[in-house]
Amino acid sequence: MTTPAQPVATEAKVAVSLDSIVKFFGRFVALRNVTATFAAGRLYVILGDNGAGKSTLLRVMTGLLKPTSGAVKLLGEDPDDVNPRFGYMGHAPLLYDELTGVENLNYFAKLYGMDDHVVRDAIRTVGLDPDLDRRVGNYSQGMRQRMSLARSVIHNPEILFLDEPFSNVDVKSAHDMAALLGKMRDEGRTLFVVTHQPAVLEAFADEYIMMSSGQIVERREEHKA
Amino acid sequence: MSVAPGFGTVLRMTIGKDLRMEWRSKDAINSMLFFSLLVVVIFSFSFDPTAETSREIAGGLIWTSFLFAAVVALNQTWARELRSQALDAFRVSPAPPNSLFLAKALGNMIFVTILECLMAPLFTMFYNLRALGNWKLLPVIAILGTWALVVNGTFFAAMSIRTRIRETLLPLILFPISLPALLAMVNATTAVLTGDYSPIIWIKLLTVYDVVFTTICLMLFGTVINAE
Repeated sequence: MTTPAQPVATEAKVAVSLDSIVKFFGRFVALRNVTATFAAGRLYVILGDNGAGKSTLLRVMTGLLKPTSGAVKLLGEDPDDVNPRFGYMGHAPLLYDELTGVENLNYFAKLYGMDDHVVRDAIRTVGLDPDLDRRVGNYSQGMRQRMSLARSVIHNPEILFLDEPFSNVDVKSAHDMAALLGKMRDEGRTLFVVTHQPAVLEAFADEYIMMSSGQIVERREEHKA
Repeated sequence: MSVAPGFGTVLRMTIGKDLRMEWRSKDAINSMLFFSLLVVVIFSFSFDPTAETSREIAGGLIWTSFLFAAVVALNQTWARELRSQALDAFRVSPAPPNSLFLAKALGNMIFVTILECLMAPLFTMFYNLRALGNWKLLPVIAILGTWALVVNGTFFAAMSIRTRIRETLLPLILFPISLPALLAMVNATTAVLTGDYSPIIWIKLLTVYDVVFTTICLMLFGTVINAE
C-alpha cells in the first residue's frame, strides 16, 4: 500500500465537517442536529448502541444518504465532488458473489480509472491470496470482509469510512485488520470506523466518538503514552 | 491516485461483468426461455390456427411473450446489484451513473435478443409462419422493439428496486408506458407477416418512441439511482 498522493497528515487540515445535520427516515429522526469537525490524518472510532445513528452518519458523510437538512463537506467540498478521494466499506461486503475476488476488484478498479496492476497488491495488503480462484460467494465471512477492505482502498483514498469491519471476523484476523488500519492512519489517511469492538482498535484509535439517539454525545481523545 | 473513469470503459466493464455473472448463474436466461417456450406451446395447442390466422395473430403473440419474458431479465438486472449492496460501491465511485444505465440496458438487450433468436424458429415452426411482406424489415422491427422494452424496463426496474414489491411493481409501471411501443411492434410485425399494409409508419413511430424514451431515461437516471 502506498501513501496517498496528497498528504493529509497535518491535523490543521479538516477532513470532514458536519453542519447541523438532520436526517429523517419518514417520521423517524436518525440524526439530530449533528455539528462536528474532524481533523485529517486521524483514526476515529464511532461507538454507540444499535440505532444510535452510527451507520447513518457514515452514509451521510459519504453522500450515499442526503441529509434532510444541514451540510456535509469532505475535504472542503461536497461528497459527490470528491468521490475518488474517499473509500467506503459498508456493513455488507459490496462485492458480487458470482465473481472471484480478482474479478470483483478488477471491475471496481476500473470504476476509479485504475489499472489492473493495483488489484493484486490490494489483495495481498489485506492478507489474501490473489491467486485464489474462488468466487466471493464461497468465501468465509472473514475473507469477504478483507476483500471488501481491499475494494475500498484500491484507489488509494485519503479518507476511509468503515462500517463494522470486524463483524464476523476471527480475533486474529480482526487484529491484523486493525493493524493495517493503524498503518494507513500513520501514512496520513483519515479513518472513520464504526464498530462494536473498540478494544480491537485500542492501540490505534486517536479519538472515540460516542453516539446516542442520533447525536454525538461525547468525543474523547485517546492519549497514548 | 485515481482519476475519473471513461464512460466507454465503465460501459464495457459493466456489460462484461453482467454477462459473466449471467453465464455463471443463468438466473435470467433460463427463466425467460422456459416462460417463452410455455407461451409458444400453450397457445399453439389451444388455438391450432390456420396459416392465415397465424399470420394475423403472431405479431401480438410474439411480442406479448417477449414482453413478459423480458420482465424476468429486467428484475434480475438490479437484483444482482442489490445482493451484497454492490450498487453502493458504484454510487460512491466517480463512475458516471449513465454509463451504468446504458450498460444495464445493453446487457438486457443482449439477453432478450438471444431469447428472440432462440424462439424465432420455434414460433415459425409451431405457427407455420411465412412472411408475405418484406421479411427483411423483421430484424429492424425486432431491434427497435426490443430496445423499446429494455430501455424503459431497465429504467423502471431501477426505480422500483428499493420497494418491497418491486417484482410486482415493475410490470404495473412498465406495461402501460410500453403500450404505444407494443402497438407499433405488433402492427409492424403483422404488416410484414400478412403483407396487407406498409409497416413503415409503425417503424417510424417505434423509432421516435425509442429516441424519446432513451433520452428521458438518460436524463433522469442519475436522480433515480441516488433516490432514497
